[in-house]
Amino acid sequence: MNIIVCMKQTFDTEERIVLENGKIKEDGVKFVINPYDEYAVEEAIRLKEQHGGQVTVITLGPTRAEEALRTALAMGADEGVIIDDPALFGDEYTASRVLAKAIEKHPYDIILCGNQAVDDGSGQVAVRVAELLGIPHIGTVTKLEVADGKVTAHRDAEGDVEIVEGRPPILVTAQQGLNEPRYPSLIGIRKANKKPLTRYTAAELGLDAGTASAKSEILETFLPKPKAGGRILQGDLAAQVKELVQALRTEEKVL
Amino acid sequence: MDFLLTDEQREIRDAVRRFAEEVIRPRAAQIDEQDAFPRDIVQKMGELGFLGIPVPERWGGVGADFVSYVLAIEEVAKVSATVAVILAVHTSLGLLPLVLHGTDEQKEAYLRDLASGRRLGAFALTEPQAGSDAAALRTRAVRDGGGYRINGRKVFITNGGEADLYLVFATLDPEAGRRGITAFLVESANPGLIIGKKERKMGLNGSSTTELMFEDCFVPEKARLGEEGGGFRIAMSLLDGGRIGIAAQSLGIAEGALELTLAYVKERRQFGREIGRFQGVQFILADRAAEVEAARLLVYRAAALRAKGMPCKKEAAMAKLYASDTAMRVTSDAVQLHGGYGYIKEYAVERYMRDAKVTQIYEGTNQIQRLVVAKHLLRSTQ
Repeated sequence: MNIIVCMKQTFDTEERIVLENGKIKEDGVKFVINPYDEYAVEEAIRLKEQHGGQVTVITLGPTRAEEALRTALAMGADEGVIIDDPALFGDEYTASRVLAKAIEKHPYDIILCGNQAVDDGSGQVAVRVAELLGIPHIGTVTKLEVADGKVTAHRDAEGDVEIVEGRPPILVTAQQGLNEPRYPSLIGIRKANKKPLTRYTAAELGLDAGTASAKSEILETFLPKPKAGGRILQGDLAAQVKELVQALRTEEKVL
Repeated sequence: MDFLLTDEQREIRDAVRRFAEEVIRPRAAQIDEQDAFPRDIVQKMGELGFLGIPVPERWGGVGADFVSYVLAIEEVAKVSATVAVILAVHTSLGLLPLVLHGTDEQKEAYLRDLASGRRLGAFALTEPQAGSDAAALRTRAVRDGGGYRINGRKVFITNGGEADLYLVFATLDPEAGRRGITAFLVESANPGLIIGKKERKMGLNGSSTTELMFEDCFVPEKARLGEEGGGFRIAMSLLDGGRIGIAAQSLGIAEGALELTLAYVKERRQFGREIGRFQGVQFILADRAAEVEAARLLVYRAAALRAKGMPCKKEAAMAKLYASDTAMRVTSDAVQLHGGYGYIKEYAVERYMRDAKVTQIYEGTNQIQRLVVAKHLLRSTQ
């Protein structure tokens, strides 16, 4: 079975976000595999351990993202692919087009992705990739079984569990609870440095900055207001509701 | 000159750091308080290769260099000096003697299991009357048929009662002094090996420190490590590596305490501001941070020499004494800067201070380290 995992390197969720000139500062920040992608990597390795096959991990991002690939290789993936051509950095539209082109260069039965990235949190890229590749997808999966050429997935459906079946080739996105990712062993880390890592440029993927350029634009990045002390409304219920609606309208301006 | 770690060293350090932060740190206080050997953590570390870092791949180890091993001890010691000493003794004194002096048959029998953590190692040299003066040991080995019979008593044996394999030093001829000392591999299942009382310690609680008694403990000829009378030389060959390991543990303790203290002085407010904004506090922090950095350079340099197989006796002694003295100073100041809270067990720094003390004592007291350094200084100026 050929399994491809799309992954992204993101900020460690413990990091404090600092803005400088309207941009998120990256100096001295610790980067990790996006936690949802880590579930995907773990699941891919487990599938390989059960059924045999090959796990290829693909990332789009700056050269530092290679570290995330190395971690996945140390966990047990077989081959890494990085697209670190800045001409191909953009929005979710760009990322999905680039990833789909890269995936087409490799054989696959199952594509595993994180349900979302903890940084942008759009949850768009994986499903767009499935669409571009013309294959079905099952999202927010908490349990996955592959048997008799069939994929059976439990998906987190707004608190309920939905059991969905599909047939490869198929794309599946990992939700928290799917598994507990292993720690890479030190022997795995040493082996990872000898595993193949492929680098694609825009030209190799048949793309250029024009065809893959972003469809959306970030106008402003800002931190949430520091948390102020809450206010508990007093009085009879009708008065409280009235006061609440007024506060939401005039103070918080959310209505 | 290059003061940077290689990619592989950095990756190993980061992997150990992550495990230490996520798995060991949440348990560290409990391990100390209950004085319970953290068997599950040791087992997990074995599965991840932490217990066989400088062992060649062909014997089931990671095959990484000595610097990587030192980085691992440092990272573990940042969160738990107890787990760090279990790792350091197992590796420096349990595994490396086999790597350096074992026959292929002995390596086959033990090294693979030790490197993967299926077995834990320990080192039995110290006796009630033979501490710094190790050559004064009295445990006797007598030739008996196809092997040897060992009788005697050892004290302060780290991993005692938990280890599966003990490297035991005994003399074949008390008159011969150090030339009579011989090393033997004794399995824990040997009926002649009796685990004595477990010591209650000031720190490093959760690591096991016991007496060992040998009562007509028979070992076959093939359990002898090295030559008859070659034991003292084996013990000496392990000193530098052992000292660098403890230096790394000391460095980790100091760093861990400093990190906790930096976090605390940024939170704790007195007289309307964080105490970290007072110059009197800042001066202490800056001095201790500089000492930690100096200790780090000494430890890494000694480790780099050791990794390249170059002489490092003086450097190992300097690293050990300076890093452990630094650990003591830093942890003492850490308690001081925490004020009353520093003296209370809810805050971790009191544990770091208790753990730090022994690093000035074991693996050669710091007085012995100074003698070693002075000997080198005076010799080289002759």
